[in-house]
Amino acid sequence: MTGDGDGERSERKAPAVFLERQTYRRRRLMDAARLLPVLGALLFAVPLLWPGAEDAGTAAPVPTSRAIRYIFVVWALLILGNVWFGLLTRGWSGQGQGRNDDEAEPPQRERG
Amino acid sequence: MATLNLMVLVCLAYVALLFIVAFAADRLAATGRSTWLRSPLVYTLSLSIYCTAWTFYGAVGYAARSGLEYVTIYLGPTLVMVGWWWGLRKLVRVGRSQRVTSIADLISSRYGKSNLLAICVTVLAVVGITPYIALQLQSITLSFSIFFEEAPVGAYSDASVVFWVAAGLAVFAILFGTRNLDANERHHGVVTAIALEAVVKLIALLAVGIFVVWGLSGGVSETMARIDASPIGEWKVNGSRWATITFLAVAAFVCLPRMFQVMVVENDDERHLRTAAWAFPTYLLLISLFVVPIAVVGLEVMPEGSNPDMFVLTVPLSQGRETLAMLSFLGGFSSATSMVIVAAMALSTMVSNHLVMPIWLSSQSDRASVSGDVRHVILLARRVSIAVIMALGYFYFRLSGGGAALASIGLISFAGIAQILPALVGGLFWRGATRSGALAGLTVGFALWLYTLLLPGLGGGLMPDWVLSDGPFGIGWLRPQALFGIQGLDPIVHAVMWSMLLNTAAFCAASLLSFPSPLERLQGAQFVNVFDHSAGPRGWTGSVAQSEDLMIMSQRILGAREAQDLFQSEAALQGGRGHLPEPTPLFLERLERELSGSVGAAAAHAMIGQIVGGSSVSVEDLLAVADESAQLMEYSSQLEVKSGELARTAKQLREANEKLTQISLQKDAFLGQISHELRTPMTSIRAFSEILRDNDGLNTQDKVRYATIIHDEALRLTRLLDDLLDLSVLENGQVSLNMRDGILAEVLDRAVASALAGAEASLAVRRRRISETVQVRSDLDRLAQVFINLIANAQKYCDAPNPELTISVHDVGGQAVVDFIDNGSGIPAEVQSTVFEKFFRVNAEKAGGAGLGLAISREIMLRLGGDIVYLPGQSGGAFRVTLPLAGQMAAQ
Repeated sequence: MTGDGDGERSERKAPAVFLERQTYRRRRLMDAARLLPVLGALLFAVPLLWPGAEDAGTAAPVPTSRAIRYIFVVWALLILGNVWFGLLTRGWSGQGQGRNDDEAEPPQRERG
Repeated sequence: MATLNLMVLVCLAYVALLFIVAFAADRLAATGRSTWLRSPLVYTLSLSIYCTAWTFYGAVGYAARSGLEYVTIYLGPTLVMVGWWWGLRKLVRVGRSQRVTSIADLISSRYGKSNLLAICVTVLAVVGITPYIALQLQSITLSFSIFFEEAPVGAYSDASVVFWVAAGLAVFAILFGTRNLDANERHHGVVTAIALEAVVKLIALLAVGIFVVWGLSGGVSETMARIDASPIGEWKVNGSRWATITFLAVAAFVCLPRMFQVMVVENDDERHLRTAAWAFPTYLLLISLFVVPIAVVGLEVMPEGSNPDMFVLTVPLSQGRETLAMLSFLGGFSSATSMVIVAAMALSTMVSNHLVMPIWLSSQSDRASVSGDVRHVILLARRVSIAVIMALGYFYFRLSGGGAALASIGLISFAGIAQILPALVGGLFWRGATRSGALAGLTVGFALWLYTLLLPGLGGGLMPDWVLSDGPFGIGWLRPQALFGIQGLDPIVHAVMWSMLLNTAAFCAASLLSFPSPLERLQGAQFVNVFDHSAGPRGWTGSVAQSEDLMIMSQRILGAREAQDLFQSEAALQGGRGHLPEPTPLFLERLERELSGSVGAAAAHAMIGQIVGGSSVSVEDLLAVADESAQLMEYSSQLEVKSGELARTAKQLREANEKLTQISLQKDAFLGQISHELRTPMTSIRAFSEILRDNDGLNTQDKVRYATIIHDEALRLTRLLDDLLDLSVLENGQVSLNMRDGILAEVLDRAVASALAGAEASLAVRRRRISETVQVRSDLDRLAQVFINLIANAQKYCDAPNPELTISVHDVGGQAVVDFIDNGSGIPAEVQSTVFEKFFRVNAEKAGGAGLGLAISREIMLRLGGDIVYLPGQSGGAFRVTLPLAGQMAAQ
């Protein structure tokens, strides 16, 4: 972090090709926030792969207690992930900041 | 023993508490001291109306029947909340910036404020939610009946209980849900009461769960062992149902009118989402944590055949825990009532805004401008709507008989509401989504849902059995539960798959094929790019017609005095006391007329609309404003062009005038000079000819002398006249030039020879012949004339003891430059600029010529495409002649 100090200062004069480290981190954090529901959906879809009681398969069906543990642990982890994201973004609620930081990646926007 | 009376008492006390809380919260909010009412905690708790009696009682029953599948109902909303940054945040921002009042309003607003769409969504919502409300009534009735079974009393009847419950809920919803008209104002009272109920139901369910796990089973591991040993001890969830119901829960969580109401409309601060994003999933997790243990223990301890939907209530009762049962009852009661109240409120807003008011307004079209009582009408419409919705729920419950058919209505209802999802998500994220697309998608989805799920699911003869088994008119691939011949799917999965698939397909196809109106495109841009268009989190502001605002605006436009006069006269006309009149329609009309005189009709309309807030500024208004300003700009630019033209013309005229004056002056001076120049020789000619005539005694010598003088003077006159003629011809451009190629040295030779011929004073001419071998294309005789003139001048005026003239030739930039520099004193600086004027002579005494030589030379050089200038800063008099080289003329 400190090692980048000089480089950033000299880069700041030129048109910004690269974002500042902090802004960059924020963007990636928002990417993570966007990916979190996808991860959650995937994890919650894992039970689809479990052998069920009706399947005349070889594997023994998963006991309900284990299913409960799995689902509720994943659930709690997702909540913790959101708590963590909420804490990190607590300072962002200022006017305009949210707009510039989260939605300002130009290629994504449709203009005109 | 919990007697009936006690239970009724507790129930009434609880309702009274809710009333007090709601009332106090409303009062607090009115006085503005309600900071904790706007806390993220209250917001999160209000979201818990997602958990209805279907959750509170039904989840356990669901688990007892199908194992863990119940949890999908809560995983869906968890995923939505986890992805809040991506989705809900946008929805809330749009809802706030567009001031939407319901999901129907949002959809209609996105697609060009189309009321037809709003009606579609409203009808869909009413059809989908009414059975759901009936389900809540059923759960309350069931829970009552549990207690009545414990203490049988003869006068009990389901019908009367349900009636009174429905009536009571309607009263509550009317009292606190339709207090203030502006739906943007929060219903603080209702929201606070809901938050309280959320706490009650969570505590109740947790209490029952803790009692079951630690009280009856003896700990977590023992409970887990019991679960594995129970009939639902093995994983037997149907994968397609698992995925479908999770998706349905996602869709319903976003699209349910009551969820939209608490999540978007009642949202005080966008930042509350940040807290709710983790707090609400936690709430859901806690709610569903003990569902399986309660179900398993219920299956064990309760007798065969008892309703698993009531395990939450019956398990504590069977163990003799009346207080716990009472708490549990209150929890269930809370779940049902909060859902019903908010759903009724949300639906009534939609019904009154999109169904009743348009009809009423169109029926009143002739008197619409004079009726000032619209607020009353709207409030009345809302109240009646609530009553009607509750009545619908009640009758639905009565007609359906409250049997098992109702139990599955939750998912059916979800599937119906989910039909809004494509239009909603498409509207938020795709600018190309159009009204036609939304309409097509909704219609297709709604029809398919009715056909494949609602009608077959309701039973009761709404759809004949032969249609189910053979399809309408015997067409097999149209069978409601096996569309296109695909059989064997679970009915819910089948219906959701086909309806959502075809809904989305119709939505996309119609959107791609249709063309949106300007308003739609504007709204589309505002919705999709809401973070570019709206400021950050901020509160709502009321928009009431303000005479003061109108006054300020009018002063800006009309001028202070005029505006004050106008307002005062209107106030006097209205008979008011103050200086400000009431903003009556008449006055607004007059004001608009006044303003339109200044800023144009459309702009005036838009401005007044903005302040009064009654009518929003339509795109047509904006277009008209743009039109007017475009016309103004066009006009002013035309004016600018014309004034520029005028200025140019005036300048040209001024210049022409100056030139004329100058020419006139020049002419006068010229005439004066001419007459002077003519008179001098004429005078001597006349004098000497008179002497010759009058004096007879002149000797021959004198005669000859006088005749010579007369002859010389006549010659001089002739020369002068020749020169004048030459100059005039040159100046008028009538001269014909004899252009040919030649060597500059030859021209110079000729000029030097003829200029020095017969001269008494000797002038040494220095030349560098090498540089003179330059080919020029010119009128060589005229050029020689110029050179002769310059050499003669040097000879005449050079005042050095040994006069010397240096002639040097250079090639500068494709032009031949011939410099004539003598070693005399040169021409004084102050007359250098006038040396080429006509009749100019450096000193009159030495004047031999008429002073036209240089003027003629310059005219000649200009005609020949060159120039002649005086070269200042040389040792003596210096002239520079520039002339084009051969071959350069053609290029010019």
